[in-house]
Amino acid sequence: MSAARARVPSTEDAVALDGVAKRFGEVRALDGISFTVAPGEIFGFIGPDGAGKTTLFRILTTLLVPDAGAARVLGLDVVRDLWALRRRVGYMPGRFSLYPDLSVQENVEFFASVFGTTLKAEYELIAPIYRQIEPFRERRAGALSGGMKQKLALCCALVHRPAILFLDEPTTGVDAVSRREFWDLLAELRAGGLTIVVSTPYMDEAGRCDRVALIAGGRILRIDAPGAIGAAYPLPLLAVRGPRRFELIQALRRHPHARSVFPFGDELHYTDDRAGADPAGVASEVAAHLASEGFAEARVEPAEAGIEDSFMALMEAPEGAAA
Amino acid sequence: MSAMRGFVVKELRHILRDRQTLLILLLLPLAQVLLFGFALRTDVRGVRLVVVDPRPDAETLALRGRFAAGGLFRVIGVEATTAALAPRFQRGEADQAVVFEPGFGEKLAHEGRAQVLLITDATDPNTGATMQAYATAVVQRYEQEMASRAGPRGVRIVPETRMRFNPTLESVNLFVPGLIALVLTIVSALMSAISLSREKERGTLEVLLVSPLRPWEIIAGKVLPYLALGFANVLTVLAAAWFVFRVPFRGSVLLLLGESLLFIVTCLSLGTVIAAVTGSQRTAMIAALTGLMLPTTVLGGLLFPIDSMPAWLRPLTNVVPGKWFILISRGIMLKGVGLGELWQETAMLAGMTAVLLAAAVRAFRVRLG
Amino acid sequence: MSAGAAIEALGLTRRFGAFTAVDAITFSVGRGEVFGFLGANGAGKTTAIRMLIGVLAPTSGEARVAGRDVYAEAEEVKRRIGYMSQRFSLYEDLTVRENIALYGGIYGLTDEEIEARAGRLLESLGFTHAADGLVRSLPLGWRQKLAFSVAMIHQPEIVFLDEPTGGVDPITRRQFWEMIYAAAAGGTTVFVTTHYMDEAEYCDRVSIMVAGRIAALGTPDELKREFGAASIDEVFVRLARPDGGAQEAA
Repeated sequence: MSAARARVPSTEDAVALDGVAKRFGEVRALDGISFTVAPGEIFGFIGPDGAGKTTLFRILTTLLVPDAGAARVLGLDVVRDLWALRRRVGYMPGRFSLYPDLSVQENVEFFASVFGTTLKAEYELIAPIYRQIEPFRERRAGALSGGMKQKLALCCALVHRPAILFLDEPTTGVDAVSRREFWDLLAELRAGGLTIVVSTPYMDEAGRCDRVALIAGGRILRIDAPGAIGAAYPLPLLAVRGPRRFELIQALRRHPHARSVFPFGDELHYTDDRAGADPAGVASEVAAHLASEGFAEARVEPAEAGIEDSFMALMEAPEGAAA
Repeated sequence: MSAMRGFVVKELRHILRDRQTLLILLLLPLAQVLLFGFALRTDVRGVRLVVVDPRPDAETLALRGRFAAGGLFRVIGVEATTAALAPRFQRGEADQAVVFEPGFGEKLAHEGRAQVLLITDATDPNTGATMQAYATAVVQRYEQEMASRAGPRGVRIVPETRMRFNPTLESVNLFVPGLIALVLTIVSALMSAISLSREKERGTLEVLLVSPLRPWEIIAGKVLPYLALGFANVLTVLAAAWFVFRVPFRGSVLLLLGESLLFIVTCLSLGTVIAAVTGSQRTAMIAALTGLMLPTTVLGGLLFPIDSMPAWLRPLTNVVPGKWFILISRGIMLKGVGLGELWQETAMLAGMTAVLLAAAVRAFRVRLG
Repeated sequence: MSAGAAIEALGLTRRFGAFTAVDAITFSVGRGEVFGFLGANGAGKTTAIRMLIGVLAPTSGEARVAGRDVYAEAEEVKRRIGYMSQRFSLYEDLTVRENIALYGGIYGLTDEEIEARAGRLLESLGFTHAADGLVRSLPLGWRQKLAFSVAMIHQPEIVFLDEPTGGVDPITRRQFWEMIYAAAAGGTTVFVTTHYMDEAEYCDRVSIMVAGRIAALGTPDELKREFGAASIDEVFVRLARPDGGAQEAA
């Protein structure tokens, strides 16, 4: 079990999971998941495909029954109280799951009617989002761009005033600008008191959540506020810039204390294996090493670990991070 | 060349590793052969015969004995007048009737000729013709027997024949009611099967499940809209039967429409059961087509008479909704009968519908996986 | 048209009825370059790639890939390139070895060549123990790495990668890019599309498509300077929404 820093579940938690497991044949999709989500939080699950995010979301929305453990949403049990939960939960599954041959407006009206309300009645509630797609309300949903589809799906999930939203990879396959706009919308919703649980494979989106859980291979690696996760990085981290990136990586790896070297955008991240060593000292040491390898023009500086750095360090040390 | 070889090898591997489809493609032809082999009988046995003998005498009894012997005919009743015949034909109890004229034996003895009337239910013109031929043959053999005993004057037994319900032996009258059943079965079942499984495949079902909608509401919502479409089908098919093929409409059109509506609901329910238990749209379609087309055509009595099928196969035909509707539609269109005679078949359809709908609701999984 | 370029497009255009998906794009990619081809969904990337790999005919303009015209010599083009996409790369119900053999055969390698290269490929990936398992049972990251190696099995001059790292974990993603670097170092030209903006920085040069046209072309540093942005992500945002307002793609 990872040192996940889960809080002790209380009855007011919006979501509370304890030791949830689920397997499909040979594959263990979820292996002992425990966490809580406080009301009004944006809680993110960050992890690659196959990490178990979709399985987890399906359990939380009463679509799957866990093999072990307990799961409560809004104080209700996901297995026993499924009909009560289905009224109160808003869900956006991984791929576009609306009707492509119905128009924007028809889709929203349909989902409103299923929950016993109408678009007109809830217009004010979803207006901030709906207004962005309203000019296209007659257009068939299948003809929308990726970003518009996501906004439509969000409207349909919100129109019945759920107490909590589950969004499974809502920004996958959507361009960078639409992604930003979508997260702005989520922030607005949270400001209105809605609890939002969202999953994403994009590490940079972690920064937009109140707290995140890093998940890989069916296990939670760490739970914390995004900033704190980076701060808990266990080893000295350096950012290296220089030409001839490929050879630079090899050269760095030849340093005797190199724990890992990975490209990160326009820099390389070097992690040293000496825990507690002074980063500035390590930096000058590495710079000297590079100079001797013919990379005198490389710039080496201590760096702050981000979510992705932490994720990768935690992935490589599966049974709990060294911290 | 080796590129193509590699490709062929790949295709073989795909085929062998898709167990489900492989099973269907290997077992299905075998099933077809077996089914057709047993069901495909155009020869006739066990013809249900009613005898009308107003004044039994030695001759009529002898001729009646000829009919009873030999296994081709089964005498199910002896009447004194022809009054009882019509209802028995209409209810489908009797296939054929032999009517002796009063004083049959005397006429033969004194005048050397007598008449016998053969009435055959020709709803199925093929079997009708066959039955008539059999009966005529029996009469002629008896005539020959008598002739050999009678001497130079000779003996003539004149069979007069009448084909009930289908005097001109139009085969289209046989097929069209059956075709209606086949078309409605396939279209209705396919429609609902595809609609439900498409919902599953698209992913919209996932969102629907996380809502207050109950399984019965989803299923009813899938069946009702297609009723209208199915009914439109009924109207067009019946119009074709009436105007193009000139199939008789002896009974109540309203009753036929009502029964058709019921039958559509039965088939739609069948479709939802198929979709509820299959995983993908493709499997649902294959299951609907192969599961329904073959049995309805073969076991429904569309092409081959059910009475000619082996005894163990006949109860199986009761499970096919099409069989009941074919009986109903033929009864109304060709025989002109009403609900009084058809209430049993109607009840069967209604019962099947209830069972299927309940099964669909039960099979409908409230969760994924 | 310079003789040495691996890929050259000149006014390459594709229309579908009244809609122009690719609007007279012009660019070239040098040998051994790692070229990033970026753009939002619906900007025309996929259509452009389809033309370059010879599976879709241009409406007008021309393009030469590996020295051959994509319209007149499409089959020659296909023979000289490798292709891998996120949506489909390998047959899931075949084993690793069977996939390698299949693609090797399709590209005309002899059985001995396939055998030898398969062995090397599996060893370098560390997959030898998994060689006889179905691809379906491999984790996503392994599958993508394997697909890339298989796309390279016939040692093509150019390899086209269509969002090869979608959804893959961050470590495998970077290992994948090291494979790309190694290929480029060996002389293969790599033409890659991606939604990860940090991966754009890994490329030698980058082009960004907006509404069927190339709106930016240059090294990552050049583009950042030109648009006054700190990252390619920001360049992208500036290009996609110059007016800053909501914009609906056609």
